[in-house]
Amino acid sequence: MAYKYFPHTQDDLDAMLGRCGMKSLDDLYQDIPDELVFKREYDLPDAMSEAEVRRYFNELGRKNVQLTCFAGGGYYDHYSPSVINHILDRSEFLTSYTPYQAEISQGTLQYIFEYQTMMAQLTGMEVSNASMYDGTTAAAEAMMMAVANAKKRNRVLVSETVSPIVRRVLHTYAKFHGVELDTIQEKDGVTSFDDLKNKLAEGNVAGVIVASPNFYGIVEDYTGWADACHEAKALLIMHCNASALGVLKTPGEWGADVAVGDGQSLGIPLSYGGPGVGFLCTSKKLIRKMPGRIVGQTTDAAGQRAFVLTLQAREQHIRREKATSNICSNQSLMALYVTVYLSLMGRKGLREVNEMGYSGAHYLAKRLVESGKFTLAYPDKPFLNEFAVKTDQDLDLLATVGALNDINIGIRIADDTLLICVTEQRTPDEIDQLVEVLTNPLSTKCDCDDDNSPQE
Amino acid sequence: MNNQYYSKLIFELSREGRQGYSLPPNEFVNFKIEDLPRQLLRQEGPKLPEVDELTVVRHYTNMSNNNFGVDTGFYPLGSCTMKYNPKINEDMAVHPDFVGLHPFQPAGTVDGALEVYYNLQHSLAELSGMSEFTLNPYAGAHGELTGLMVMRTYHESRGETQRRKVIVPDSAHGTNPASAAVCGLEVVTVKSLADGTVDVDDLRPLLDDTVAGMMMTNPNTLGIFERKIATIAAMVHEAGGLMYYDGANLNPLLGRCRPGDLGFDIMHINLHKTFSTPHGGGGPGSGPVGVRAGLERFLPNPRVVKVSDDETDGFMVQHGDDSLGYVSGHLGNFGVIMRAYAYILSLGRENVKQVGPLATLNANYVKESLKDVFELPIEGVCKHEFVFDGLKDKSTGVTTLDVAKRLLDYGFHAPTIYFPLLFHEAMMIEPTENESRETLDAFIEVLRTIAREARENPDMVKTAPHNTPVRRLDDTKAALEQIVTYNFEA
Repeated sequence: MAYKYFPHTQDDLDAMLGRCGMKSLDDLYQDIPDELVFKREYDLPDAMSEAEVRRYFNELGRKNVQLTCFAGGGYYDHYSPSVINHILDRSEFLTSYTPYQAEISQGTLQYIFEYQTMMAQLTGMEVSNASMYDGTTAAAEAMMMAVANAKKRNRVLVSETVSPIVRRVLHTYAKFHGVELDTIQEKDGVTSFDDLKNKLAEGNVAGVIVASPNFYGIVEDYTGWADACHEAKALLIMHCNASALGVLKTPGEWGADVAVGDGQSLGIPLSYGGPGVGFLCTSKKLIRKMPGRIVGQTTDAAGQRAFVLTLQAREQHIRREKATSNICSNQSLMALYVTVYLSLMGRKGLREVNEMGYSGAHYLAKRLVESGKFTLAYPDKPFLNEFAVKTDQDLDLLATVGALNDINIGIRIADDTLLICVTEQRTPDEIDQLVEVLTNPLSTKCDCDDDNSPQE
Repeated sequence: MNNQYYSKLIFELSREGRQGYSLPPNEFVNFKIEDLPRQLLRQEGPKLPEVDELTVVRHYTNMSNNNFGVDTGFYPLGSCTMKYNPKINEDMAVHPDFVGLHPFQPAGTVDGALEVYYNLQHSLAELSGMSEFTLNPYAGAHGELTGLMVMRTYHESRGETQRRKVIVPDSAHGTNPASAAVCGLEVVTVKSLADGTVDVDDLRPLLDDTVAGMMMTNPNTLGIFERKIATIAAMVHEAGGLMYYDGANLNPLLGRCRPGDLGFDIMHINLHKTFSTPHGGGGPGSGPVGVRAGLERFLPNPRVVKVSDDETDGFMVQHGDDSLGYVSGHLGNFGVIMRAYAYILSLGRENVKQVGPLATLNANYVKESLKDVFELPIEGVCKHEFVFDGLKDKSTGVTTLDVAKRLLDYGFHAPTIYFPLLFHEAMMIEPTENESRETLDAFIEVLRTIAREARENPDMVKTAPHNTPVRRLDDTKAALEQIVTYNFEA
């Protein structure tokens, strides 16, 4: 029965069973009624050797098509420096658990403290938790945090310009948690301030959720929003693109109470949508209402600076059903990913990444508009590196031609509207090729082999 | 290795003018970010470190040496199933044909990814006796929440909106009641008997038409199999409720017993426990949720389904109308899903049958070898884990916390301590199937030594650890001072 993950020899089995006063492994299950024991064969493949496992995934991998990515929509194709994966492969990080035994977990606790500092710096907020599952659930946690903070008020307003991917998760959590989720209308691609004021005036509002940049890539002007929310005793929650926070006005500067979002744009691979890393930052005043783990600085018995999980009285293992959240872990390894990324990039590198995305996106937008086949969906609105265009052409056809040319042209967000994103990863040649596909699809040369052609 | 504690923070290594990145030139410099309205830009850049690449590499490498992982040594943390995280899984998680896929790529360009996804759903259903799985939830607690949402949606589909009570044993993990509360359900606690199993007599009067269901781990948090599970399930079903299986303790049953066959209707699995994906210092995990036949349509969107024609099998992403809604951005932590499926392929149908028995053997072996020096509150065969109620000799004043800290000096991770709450000095020990007899013998020997030290030199044990990168930490100070970010002005 030798198998690479099981160290037990027959001698071991005999001796160990003997100490337990048993004769066979079956005896270990004497407490389970016989009719509950599974006795059939599993419908599973036979064991594969390592080489066969590799071959299996190689074969399946050939069924995927690698596309040059102009899609965003909350998931961004940024460059991941080689250093990061090598650090993440340090198995002292990879194979540890939540740092309960702080004396032998300072590595994890130190990088989480660095992560919290960096996220607070990026968002312009005072405190950050140790990270969360992803950007959608972080938004849901912030929504519940606002309701808990407001005590009796249970209405939360979310702008129609917040990504539908985020909004549908908010909607689900709201339905079960007893939150009355209402929308603030969009007007010309941005959230209507008038509608906010009307809805706040109706009362019972615990929180207001907006996005920066919004789903259409537009950088909205939230001047006056924090005051309006605070006058109504509602928390202003801002859902942000983490990378863009390197250059855009921060939630802290806008006067927001909570900043949430996904850190995936800080160099984490797309990986078909996960894992990413949610972040949630807030003010010192609200720290005890914050969900998730928090690392704090302290000293050890020898007086050295060291770190521990702190403020645990908010958490489920102590408060049970009265906890601020049911979350009992963080997305630690992905927080390390972000921390190493930001250490390498620094303020300057993060700015350059944003500059390249801005320049490439604005060049592309100009080319598309000049072609006469596209118009900007929101021509007067400022955007960073993602924008929506309208066209009379068939977007399904364009997507197919794009895929035939190994290009993901972007995300179709309406029958005539395409959302396109440019990151620092996109070369001038790739951008020109996209322009060719989008403006001249029927004469675009297809240089792919048949095996890779996408099936409709 | 570190000769001493590495205590620097990256901010302290920063020097103006250094950089750790390289980017291609910007070819479109005519378009400048400064053209954005000034009031939309941040006025001051974030204080991020300026460091060269080697400094970054050394910093995090040194930091990792302050840490202990499964690869470092034995990690018997109860209820956490710290099994070996196979290296091939890591390679597959970053497979170049998968790692660059965007979640909103056109249909037909992600068939390989969907096939892995579907195959893991099927494997988990087969191993647990459920009908179908979703892999969308990101963690165990997230799976619990999702499973409870399925439960509520089911009752509401039948017009039974008054079913808002969830019964949770007093020995349950704290996430159970917390998840129920987040889901808008009311928690009712059922008592345990002296042997840690559910008190059926205490359960009976709780069952009425306001009960949505009952959450259980089995084996429970004491490592004891709930023998009356069939009776309990029948009682809850009789009252119109559903049975929820918290998969935290699934490992001992793997290959022997399926929650679906025990009468459970909904369950979650922690891929980072039972299916060998790394805990990563607290995540990313994955908490797939399975349901019995009849509940599939309530699972969260989006779902991966098989669409076969005469020639080939195909897979597609679907959004159903009866679904409870959305609990994740896309299809969960795909990288973790890749790892778990690599593990199942490596194990295969035969080896998987040994996982539960060997984990159970290891736990019983450690228990039997130490019960003369540690207090064993519940005699008899345990499953994957068991609980000691501290040292047998209570006269020394040495607590479970002290024993745990002293273990660190000897190069072992500590067990889970002070949980479950049923015993004052609880030490919950879980050795997984991957641990050799030699490793267990060394651990047993060290715990016996600590028991002796507790009698002969209690102060030394009470002030442990002595050989770790840092000494015992001041938790109170951290909570009082609330320093949670680096102070750049200091």
